[in-house]
Amino acid sequence: MEGEREMWKAQGIDLKRNDEFLEAAGKIYGDVYMKQPNRPKGMGFFDFVMSEVHSIRPKEMIDHREKGGKVVGTFCVYVPDEIIFAANGIGVGLCCGSDFSFIDAEDILPTNLCPLIKSGMGFKKGMLSPYFEACDFIVGETTCDGKKKVWEIFDNYIPTYIMEVPQKKDPKQRELWLKEVELFKEKMEKESGVTITPEVLGEKIKLINARRKALERLYELRKSSPLPISGKDALLVSQIAFYDDPVRFTSKTNELCDELEERVKNGEGVVEPTAPRILVSGCPMVIPNWKLHHIVETSGAIVACEETCTGTRYFDTPIVDETPTDIDGQLKAIADRYLNIKCSCFTPNDDRIDQIIKFARDYRADGVIYYTLQFCLTYNVEYEKVKRALNKEGIPLLRIETDYSEEDTGQLKTRIEGFLERIS
Amino acid sequence: MAEYTKMWEDIGLDLKRHDTLLEALGKIYGDVYMTQTNRPKGMEYFDFVVSEVHGLRIKELMEHKEKGGKVVGTFCVYVPDEIITAAGGISVGLCGGAQFSIPDAETILPTNLCPLIKSAVGFKLGKICPYFEAADFLAGETTCDGKKKAWEILDNYIPTYIMEVPQKKDAIDRELYLKEIKAFKEKMEKEAGVTITPEVLGEKIKLMNARRKALERLYELRKSSPLPISGKDACLISQIAFYDDPVRFTSKVNELCDELEKRVKNGKGVIEPTAPRILVSGCPMAVPNWKLHHIVETSGATIVCEETCTGTRYFDTPVVDETPTDIDGQLKAIADRYLNIKCSCFTPNDDRIDQIIQFAKDYHADGVIYYTLQFCLTYNVEYEKVKRALDKEGIPLLKIETDYSEEDTGQLKTRIEGFLERIS
Amino acid sequence: MFAGIDVGSLVTKAVVLRDGKVAGYSIISSRTNPRKAGEQALEKAITNANCKREDIKCIVATGYGRSSFSFADKTVTELTCHATGAHYLNTEIRTVIDIGGQDSKVIKLDESGKMSDFAMNDKCAAGTGRFLEVMAQALEVGLDSMGEFSLKSDKPCSLSSICTVFAETEVISLIASGAKKKDIVAGLHMSIARRVGSMAKGLGLQKEIAFTGGVAKNSGVRSAFEEFLSVKFAPISEDPQIIGALGAALVASKF
Ligand SMILES: Nc1ncnc2c1ncn2[C@@H]1O[C@H](COP(=O)(O)OP(=O)(O)OP(=O)(O)O)[C@@H](O)[C@H]1O
Ligand code: SF4
Ligand code: SF4
Ligand code: SF4
Ligand code: SF4
Ligand SMILES: [Mg+2]
Repeated sequence: MEGEREMWKAQGIDLKRNDEFLEAAGKIYGDVYMKQPNRPKGMGFFDFVMSEVHSIRPKEMIDHREKGGKVVGTFCVYVPDEIIFAANGIGVGLCCGSDFSFIDAEDILPTNLCPLIKSGMGFKKGMLSPYFEACDFIVGETTCDGKKKVWEIFDNYIPTYIMEVPQKKDPKQRELWLKEVELFKEKMEKESGVTITPEVLGEKIKLINARRKALERLYELRKSSPLPISGKDALLVSQIAFYDDPVRFTSKTNELCDELEERVKNGEGVVEPTAPRILVSGCPMVIPNWKLHHIVETSGAIVACEETCTGTRYFDTPIVDETPTDIDGQLKAIADRYLNIKCSCFTPNDDRIDQIIKFARDYRADGVIYYTLQFCLTYNVEYEKVKRALNKEGIPLLRIETDYSEEDTGQLKTRIEGFLERIS
Repeated sequence: MAEYTKMWEDIGLDLKRHDTLLEALGKIYGDVYMTQTNRPKGMEYFDFVVSEVHGLRIKELMEHKEKGGKVVGTFCVYVPDEIITAAGGISVGLCGGAQFSIPDAETILPTNLCPLIKSAVGFKLGKICPYFEAADFLAGETTCDGKKKAWEILDNYIPTYIMEVPQKKDAIDRELYLKEIKAFKEKMEKEAGVTITPEVLGEKIKLMNARRKALERLYELRKSSPLPISGKDACLISQIAFYDDPVRFTSKVNELCDELEKRVKNGKGVIEPTAPRILVSGCPMAVPNWKLHHIVETSGATIVCEETCTGTRYFDTPVVDETPTDIDGQLKAIADRYLNIKCSCFTPNDDRIDQIIQFAKDYHADGVIYYTLQFCLTYNVEYEKVKRALDKEGIPLLKIETDYSEEDTGQLKTRIEGFLERIS
Repeated sequence: MFAGIDVGSLVTKAVVLRDGKVAGYSIISSRTNPRKAGEQALEKAITNANCKREDIKCIVATGYGRSSFSFADKTVTELTCHATGAHYLNTEIRTVIDIGGQDSKVIKLDESGKMSDFAMNDKCAAGTGRFLEVMAQALEVGLDSMGEFSLKSDKPCSLSSICTVFAETEVISLIASGAKKKDIVAGLHMSIARRVGSMAKGLGLQKEIAFTGGVAKNSGVRSAFEEFLSVKFAPISEDPQIIGALGAALVASKF
């Protein structure tokens, strides 16, 4: 993009390291994505988004701010985008997927911390991300111990608002959560100086629902065999959903789906229908974390679905009820929909386990890879319950706990290939 | 202890491993405690309790059960003993402090998990701890990711009830916690088949307050110089508070305090007044975890206070308000007192930081050792904030992150002695 | 004829099969260039088997460096290969414990010899051959003699460290405190058995059990396992270190 360097400079970005990062990320992208055979044409848009990842969208955000709008960074799918957009804001997912920035966070965070958090803190503290620098403030939540406590430190670098996500789903917790959603609405109104009307909120509910439906359509298509799209490409689409303009994103995803529908009709796939189909379940995978998918898909298998926050948990039904026409009803509809997400931060979280089993069937998975980030306690402990349930159903399961480094790639390849040998 | 073999067999212990454990425990206790010089005579009672740790007290619990009373296992100082005892129950703190049982737990829990949790779960799995076997059910809570999720698995082995402890301390959180306390009261009533009356509850509030006051009195005495009691001994008393009979415990602690008061009056101490005084702050230390205290007190320094749950967080003022005479008022008083505890599971938790500074002054500490268990994210992340605040105050600070193994003892000794050289 | 090459992280093994029997094998270090090691091992095994390169109809590569060996007709992981090799030698085997230089693996087999589940160590070197090599150096004991040496111990030292770095320090301080070397070695073997044995228990141990990989040649580790797991390993008629390569050759014969 023209003028990107000036923009970065004005933002205070560390230009030298930004160049290094973009170069490294570009190289990985080339290796991981551009060598895939038989890609849908519709991926062109997403390739383009990646090639401009630190330029076009941050520029749009800066422009939006210049026009008086707010830009709000988020880190979890429990923070409702509807409210941010209704207050004339732009919501952007800031989770980070690269160990490039660890060194910037190491002096203030413990080493035994989930890489997603360390990476995010590093990008902010090291001034490495135009997205962070484009934000007015960030919205954290209390979903895991690591994030909950790191917000307090984040607040030294960028104003940080914290939403409490409860830990059980009984009526008393639903009440607390609804209040948190209401408080967040007030916070957004105060920050933006906008009063959220039922009309606008209703519109934004529809907007975000449309994004969900587009993704759901994409995932529906992944139930076919042969698979019309690789797991890597579908993952990328899910990842981009977190920061692209929702209108554009939705229309581009729908276009892609039109093409994929044709493929399905013609029985055209990206790999032979005999390739083992894998359901990935667990922690989110944020750009440029394509590690697991890359190993799986260069070992002769294919990922058919992600039961993760960069996957089904992002758009999962039911969508927000669109019938209420008053603010209270709308906020309640929002609170209800979000509290239906099945993250391991809740106890118990047995619905998730039922859903994994259902997805394994619906997506015709030959096996499940349970993917966790190192030191993510909730997903790691929940594994034992998932294992018991899947064993009972006779669904093959492999557990992979890893971080963002490349040092275990060889070992992971052995494990994954061994798993594929076992299930084929 | 031969006289208890039958009892242990009856409650289903793995006798062979239990013997090994008791033998190891006896040896450690001898090395760590019985080699101290100049101990107060009042410690004899506590030595006796330890020597009977799996004997006499278990016998009492079994007798209580035979008479129809309940035994409830707890793991956190946010679970109100007042309610358990008001329902005619006995509560025992079951946090695990031994390396011994950790391999048992690692068959179903991730290795990257706090040793306190692994140790406890391992005791249950391996049938090594008579307290676990004596418990009718467990009352867990949602204070950290590891515990929150481990309860779900432990529930397969022993019925486990979960209280939600909120994560912020705003009005909505206070409401939620009060509701959780009420739900816990109902749970206790149901389990015990009794109705908790304001009279009994009022009595138990007084009982628990008396225990708190006795401990507070002990800690007050540790503010003097020369120090009338070693940190190790004081730590042991705090640990025993979690499972001894509260009436007997309180009177024995008060007896000891009488003796210590005389020592203070006569200027008699356990160590020369020039020995560096250390405030320990951080994670709980459950029996037999005396690792840090032992290293510090065999390096020429002494511990004057523990800002931990096996320390000040257990009895910290204010005590429960004794004025309400109706159940609702009493439950509210209980909720208020407990929610005042300053655990790092809350965000923000700045009161704790102020308190550390206050304690460092009150106890005339020459330095603070920030003690965390490995993989305890909340305390480990909170360190950064504590560090900033203590640096500002000019209070020397050393961070120790460790587990229950002995493998880092040499390294810890070097670091601690280095710290002592630095501050003296 | 068929060949299997196991390019392990430390050692490369090759096996040549003639009429379904081991005709020759070789074991060489992989430390230099894994690709070269594969070729050299193959050549040596061919020489030992008294045949020519042209006689080999199919080659399967396995092990950490399997994809860097370019002459392979197919690659398979060592998990499948150890299972296949062990099953060939004894059809009763249901569990294989393979300890090599960098990894320790527990592999479950069904009646047909197919791998049905497995567990592996995480990144760290605890409980592997590399761990023992470092300790052998610290103790100035030959790697080959560690086994015999430890069997003389009647009072194994208890070692708390599983981390290679800390264990080395611990060993050094044990030497300094006058502990007998044989007791220290026996303690090290016990700590490996405990670590890998717990992993095996977690997976569910089923008899018969075979112990393969280079570390299986260490009789001290074998007996420590047998004590910790209260089982006897099934005897294996070939060098335990070549079972992976043997399995690869067997896979080649069916390809
Ligand atoms: N005679 C012996 N006695 C004891 N140990 C031995 C002996 N021979 C080899 N070893 C051990 O075996 C290890 C190598 O075993 P192996 O060949 O199975 O490993 P690898 O396949 O290269 O490793 P990995 O499977 O982890 O990639 C060496 O680390 C060495 O310590
Ligand atoms: S995994 Fe849980 S905490 Fe993390 S983004 Fe998803 S919902 Fe939020
Ligand atoms: S992956 Fe787990 S530990 Fe990491 S931020 Fe998400 S919930 Fe927290
Ligand atoms: S440290 Fe916190 S979670 Fe642990 S026992 Fe204390 S109050 Fe409970
Ligand atoms: S020490 Fe920390 S991680 Fe361990 S149980 Fe307590 S709060 Fe949880
Ligand atoms: Mg090997």
